[in-house]
Amino acid sequence: MTTKLSFGDRLYRGEKSFNFVENRRRWYALSAILMIASILVLGVRGLELGIEFKGGSEFVLNKSGLTVPEVRSAMGQADVPGDPIIQTVGDTKVRIQTGELTSAQSSKVLDVLVKTFGVNRADIDTRLIGPSWGQEITRKAATALVVFLIVIIIFLSIAFEPKMAIAAIIALFHDVFITIGIYALVGFEVTPATVIGFLTILGYSLYDTVVVFDKVRENTRGIAGGSRSTYSEAANLAVNQTLVRSINTSIVALLPVGAILFVGAGVLGAGTLKDLSLALLIGLAVGTYSSICVATPFLAAMREREPAMQALAKRVQNRSNKVASGQVVEAEVSVAGEAVRGPRNQPKRQKNKASKGAKAKKKR
Amino acid sequence: MSTSTSRPGRAIVALLVILIAGASVIFLQGESKIRYGLDLQGGTSVVLQPRIDGTSGTVTAAAIDQAVEIIRQRVNSLGVAESEVVAQGSGINRQIVISVPGETGERVVDLVGQTAELRFRQVLAVGSAVEAPPAPAPAASPSGDAAATPAPSGSKLTKSAIRHSDPAPAATPEPIVTPNTTAAPEGSADPVAAQVSDELSQKFAALDCTDEKNLVGGGDNPDQPLVTCDRDGTARYVLGPAEVLGRQVRGATSAIDQQGTGGWFVSLDFNREGTKKFGEITQRVVSLTAPQNQVAIVLDGLVVSAPRIIDAILGGQAQITGNFTQQEASDLANVLKYGSLPLAFDRGEVQQISPTLGSDQLRAGILAGALGLLLVVLYSLFYYRALGMVTLGSLGLAALMLWMSAVILGKNLGFTLTLAGIAGAIVAVGITADSFIIYFERLRDEIREGRSLRSAVESAWIRARRTIIISDVVSLIAAALLFIFAIGGVRGFAFMLGLTTLIDLIVIFLFTKPIITLLANVNFFASGHKLSGLDSHKVVHGTMAGRQS
Repeated sequence: MTTKLSFGDRLYRGEKSFNFVENRRRWYALSAILMIASILVLGVRGLELGIEFKGGSEFVLNKSGLTVPEVRSAMGQADVPGDPIIQTVGDTKVRIQTGELTSAQSSKVLDVLVKTFGVNRADIDTRLIGPSWGQEITRKAATALVVFLIVIIIFLSIAFEPKMAIAAIIALFHDVFITIGIYALVGFEVTPATVIGFLTILGYSLYDTVVVFDKVRENTRGIAGGSRSTYSEAANLAVNQTLVRSINTSIVALLPVGAILFVGAGVLGAGTLKDLSLALLIGLAVGTYSSICVATPFLAAMREREPAMQALAKRVQNRSNKVASGQVVEAEVSVAGEAVRGPRNQPKRQKNKASKGAKAKKKR
Repeated sequence: MSTSTSRPGRAIVALLVILIAGASVIFLQGESKIRYGLDLQGGTSVVLQPRIDGTSGTVTAAAIDQAVEIIRQRVNSLGVAESEVVAQGSGINRQIVISVPGETGERVVDLVGQTAELRFRQVLAVGSAVEAPPAPAPAASPSGDAAATPAPSGSKLTKSAIRHSDPAPAATPEPIVTPNTTAAPEGSADPVAAQVSDELSQKFAALDCTDEKNLVGGGDNPDQPLVTCDRDGTARYVLGPAEVLGRQVRGATSAIDQQGTGGWFVSLDFNREGTKKFGEITQRVVSLTAPQNQVAIVLDGLVVSAPRIIDAILGGQAQITGNFTQQEASDLANVLKYGSLPLAFDRGEVQQISPTLGSDQLRAGILAGALGLLLVVLYSLFYYRALGMVTLGSLGLAALMLWMSAVILGKNLGFTLTLAGIAGAIVAVGITADSFIIYFERLRDEIREGRSLRSAVESAWIRARRTIIISDVVSLIAAALLFIFAIGGVRGFAFMLGLTTLIDLIVIFLFTKPIITLLANVNFFASGHKLSGLDSHKVVHGTMAGRQS
């Protein structure tokens, strides 16, 4: 049948391997730069907050063919305090944002709009947001975040191991920071829907990390007793073996989010759908990157500090030196139709064998 | 092991039982439509936050529950079907969310906006909306202005001869004692006299009721006199300390005068304490000159109405008459009846969504969902070939179960689908499909390990199952916490996310896995046909074995 091995097949065998763990400093550097840039941008530009956070009123006129100057001059008659922000949304809507209004003032605005543009009262969507509302939702989101982190650390510590929980949480902070940084940089508006998006990223970023870590755990089970590969190598193989999975799950998660964004921005112009999906889209992309390039390398770095893992690394080093000099009998691994590979790649292939052997034993 | 690993038939039977049960519940409840939230059907929602400034009662969980009850009565009095008043959040950090579908918007906002306690105060002085420019001395101005503007509501309080506990006017043909209905000229008031201190007079003179800032209410200390405006911004008042409180009102109803002369009126009924207090105040003021024979009904620091007292009312029953329309009378009765909330609230967010926008958003949500589903299905068909069909079936099944759950929960728990909820469901499509991918990739891994498809199906399942459960639990934790801590739209999103994650677990355990087990017996898959999605190559001890050699 086919003679061509698929990309996934080769990743699985370790023939094709990306050194995510070994090159961790490169990824750390990249992530550090992105995070520092995010913090700087956030400090300098700040976030573009929606009226939900600032307090104020919003009126959306559902009538096509209105221009901003027309609406602005009409708003002049409504004598609202401050300068209203008037934007057209698509072809059929005009959005007016003002400072905070009392209900008497807002009904005056409605009267003026109804009279000037001959629309029905029911065709005007209004929102009045109190001054403390933004604080309130921010506080709630912060509470949810803190509780979520605590519960997740406990859960992952039980389901996996404490160091994995820490690495997962670090990757998560990384994702949120960079996403916020992108928001500050581009100046996308932050609304409660964006906050929902951020909070969902937390869940999803972890979901992705969990898939990789599960494989890492499997590959490294009982590794300290052997001498075939170091923790880092085993972890790197796990990342490579789950790479196709990570890419696929991310694409599949991004497709519907992209669909929401497309419809939300294209059909509705603005609002919940667009804000939510934009945050998700950015967060998911960053989350995929972090679970591959940040979480696992970080986990490996932490584990490599353990005495048992350092001892293992030493044994593996000795062994691979021997392999390189052709002293080890099992080194007859030369693969049919496969070019002779350098010693650097050797342990991975052997490790592959080893883990398979271990698995086979377990099953019997 | 579990039945699903060895007996695919059982799992599928269990699934059918669930589906049939769901379908029968829907059939029996006779309701097969999902309830849409206000953002999808149009309507008004108001979120109230308890005001924590110490002046209007301590915020306790019980006080919030009580406030919810009172607001619910007020909203129900509007008679709009499917109105909803709920407290969201936990403990004392709760908001009250009021949702009323349809176009009654502004009345709802006004009605529930009146959140503070109702108080009765004696009117000491009254004036037009702004201080007349030539008026020389502040103390003299009230009476002068009062001559120009009679008490704005022009209403009067009279003893009611009969008990108006029966709200149907037709049932009470007895004549109602309604003295002179023409408003007496009110210009004869003495200057406000000793009761109004200089400080109050100055405040009164400075008050501008045409300025919207002075019409927001609040700052109503019951023990102190009050200088304030009426709610329409047409008159200013100096009022004495509060003498009767809203909680001392037992009931109020609006009715129409059968004689046809008085029009709509409101009858008022006090409890024992209220009867005594109201008796005292009316007895004292009845003989005074206008405007001091008026008793103002003050809500959240603004005068709702200031009827003149015609008689001392000792029996605890009174009528307020005036040129009320039916709606004015019933609104006033509602204020009197439900006016006393145990807490003051600030309006957090008021949203009025037109039905046009509602249906736009619904269409957009459905479109986005369909598009998202289609893209995911296309991708999995492209990548997993025939296995993609299993994804298609599983997603279809998940969508069916989601629809059933939404219908059943809508009928029984008042669940409403919002735009954020639709977004949650769409996002969850990705998560649902992810769990199939985890399983399929695992399956390929096992085949690469050199297993036959049949044994790979089982061994891959044991491993994938764990990953799927852990990652779904993470999603569930996120959804549950969002639901507990958040308010409004976020809750709808979290609910759908959690619900879909649960359904994902059911589908993959009772459908996807059993189907794969069954398909493993089909030669097309078992032989690893190129289009089966299972044509991964075996790896045997580092050599390229398998079909290739």
